[in-house]
Amino acid sequence: MARVLVGMSGGVDSSVAAALLARAGHEVIGVSLQIYDHSASGRTARCCSPADFLDARRVADRFGFRYYVLNREEAFTSRVLDDFVDEYLRGRTPNPCVRCNAEVKFETLAALARDLDAQAIATGHYARLSDDETTGERWLLRARDRDKDQSYFLFDLTPEQIRLAIFPLGEMTKDDVRAMARELGLGTADKPDSQDVCFVEGGDYRGFVSARMAQRGLSEDEGEMLDAVGNAIGRHRGLSHYTIGQRRGLGVAASRRLYVIGIDPAANTVRLGSEEDLACRSLRLTRVRFHGATPHGGFETLVKARYRHPGIRGWVTPDDRGGAQIDLCEDLRGAAPGQAAVFYDGDRVLGGGWIEADMPTGTAHETRLSEAAPARS
Amino acid sequence: MPSTIYLDHNATSPLCETSRDAMQSLLQDDGSWGNPSSPHATGHAARIRLEEARETVADFLGGDAHEIVFVSGGTEADNLAIRGHARAASQPGHIVTSAVEHPAVLEAVAELERIGWEVTRVGVDPSGLVDPEEIRAAINPKTSLVSIMAANNETGVMQPIEDIAAIARERGVALHVDAVQAAPWVSIDVDDPAADYLSISSHKLGGPAGIGALWVREGAPVAPLLAGGGQEQRRRPGTEAVLLACGFAAATRAVQADADRTRRIRALRDRFESEIARRARGVRAVRAHGAAVMRLPNTTSLMAEGLDNETLVVKLDLMGIAVSTGSACSTGSSRPSHVLAAMGLTAEQSRATIRISLGRATMPSEIERAVDAIADAIGPTTHAARGRTDAARKVS
Repeated sequence: MARVLVGMSGGVDSSVAAALLARAGHEVIGVSLQIYDHSASGRTARCCSPADFLDARRVADRFGFRYYVLNREEAFTSRVLDDFVDEYLRGRTPNPCVRCNAEVKFETLAALARDLDAQAIATGHYARLSDDETTGERWLLRARDRDKDQSYFLFDLTPEQIRLAIFPLGEMTKDDVRAMARELGLGTADKPDSQDVCFVEGGDYRGFVSARMAQRGLSEDEGEMLDAVGNAIGRHRGLSHYTIGQRRGLGVAASRRLYVIGIDPAANTVRLGSEEDLACRSLRLTRVRFHGATPHGGFETLVKARYRHPGIRGWVTPDDRGGAQIDLCEDLRGAAPGQAAVFYDGDRVLGGGWIEADMPTGTAHETRLSEAAPARS
Repeated sequence: MPSTIYLDHNATSPLCETSRDAMQSLLQDDGSWGNPSSPHATGHAARIRLEEARETVADFLGGDAHEIVFVSGGTEADNLAIRGHARAASQPGHIVTSAVEHPAVLEAVAELERIGWEVTRVGVDPSGLVDPEEIRAAINPKTSLVSIMAANNETGVMQPIEDIAAIARERGVALHVDAVQAAPWVSIDVDDPAADYLSISSHKLGGPAGIGALWVREGAPVAPLLAGGGQEQRRRPGTEAVLLACGFAAATRAVQADADRTRRIRALRDRFESEIARRARGVRAVRAHGAAVMRLPNTTSLMAEGLDNETLVVKLDLMGIAVSTGSACSTGSSRPSHVLAAMGLTAEQSRATIRISLGRATMPSEIERAVDAIADAIGPTTHAARGRTDAARKVS
């Protein structure tokens, strides 16, 4: 029996994960991270609030394992919240959950595992792991429940974090988990799923970004709104108000439906165009992480450019600066700088990186994709 | 797993036997559940019990029974002293306090500031001491109150209350002493040094939580903070908690009866500190904050450089040793201790500090086990940093 640290949000998933491990006889230590002072907003949040910690505490009490709340507000603020706002100000669309997982949650749990001599760290994420016996590598896999799969959010875990990880819910569906929660008598069985980004109330990203900007004494300038070929057609209210693919709140009257198709922080302009203008065939990524050995040359893979994206086949060419170029087989709509692009081979997560820029259809070296490239071995 | 060694008595102390017995006998006594304000025999029985308790607590402080106001605990006592003093004043004045007070005092003072009072918060030196001369210099013609704690809850550092009281007396300014943390260890006499308001709390003394007392010198102004009936001489409305008052009073008797407590526990604490220093030599820099000045005999504010106190507290808890990161009130807060910051320590040093606080019943064998566990936990294999640095983060 091993000592296992379980990251607990107070929701049904991590409650079941912890309870299953405890029931299997492991020495479970439940850990919740206080990452955000919800009392400041005066509203009840969906996770990581004192009420959620009480739910987690009750699970610990019921299954007789230790439970602690650690404060990681500083790490969360500097690595996730401030970055979230900065990304919007740079005209990008941040993905706070990926950063939070790798740099706050798993980082904290892995460090704690070293200090407390724990053999593993577990969470209620829907993902799986598999050990390749010939190479000794451990791979992150999609969850059995494709609809709940959260491997996209976990692509940036370090090799050490993956080596320590356990995902007890990887083979289960959400219905299985809720049924198990009821069977285990957990009070969290019927708790609603968390939606969107945990620290943004009611999906009001704009309001959140404005409030944080005011707190940090930041402001931004209005600027020009351009059409697809560069003619000024209106004014924008500041880059943070816009994301790629947005079509509401643009303040420009037009005969056809307009979308934000580009944001240029250097020129402080927002470019509008048609749905077709959103399409791209090539992505440039930075801070790419490869699980397993870093590949030589390129490889073909399935690329998910956002969480709910089904994926498009593409060719990944690593560069020598820790980034990569991806050339896609078909059009990708609304790839937003700041989002993560994650590479899959079947269920296996090969790696991923951060979208830096997209290049419109026709500029990519599409020829390469027509060559029958072998899947990465 | 062996039972927990509890070394967090500054947060709360377990109920002592004397207090438990007193409450149990009251619970079994059918005649004393009444409302002390009722005119009938049932009320009378409760009133007798309550006033007995009041006399006992007054005796513990060297004051008179009619000067004792029972309140819900230390926080309310501090609030009643400071805000009750202000409510009784005809116009806003000036109050002097220190940067290392308990939040109950600091927040009550901040509340006065919001209603127009002037506030001076004097600092402390690196050992945690207030300089009485700074208090003298801060007093102006509008000053009506000085509020200083007898001993600090995080470090145990004891303030020079005698000197501060003499200055307050000399300048005709009232003095509030927050003696919540000092009361279990230091014999208190409200006339020496002379104070005007003094706060104590039951559960720090081995009594039940939920009750405390503010001693108010006869004639010192205080207006109630709550609207209601005329209980506690119109200073604290609400039906009195007779059961808790009896448990509280019994706890003060038990503390008084244990005349040897300070000498005994100081010897244990000092042995603990020297053993930790010896075991950490060559392994990690450790230091007890405020060790060079007068401290409570039971408290060690221990800094182990390079460690994260939250992780250390978890690690020790898993080893069966209950200690805290600082004060229980600030647990869950990301802010480093205001007390250690006022002593000039960096946020990093503050986060490398844990508080060990002994109780009257702490045994030498428990300290031996705690030394072993703590020496092991702060050993070379522990890294316990709070989050990695950006430099350590992978770039590619």
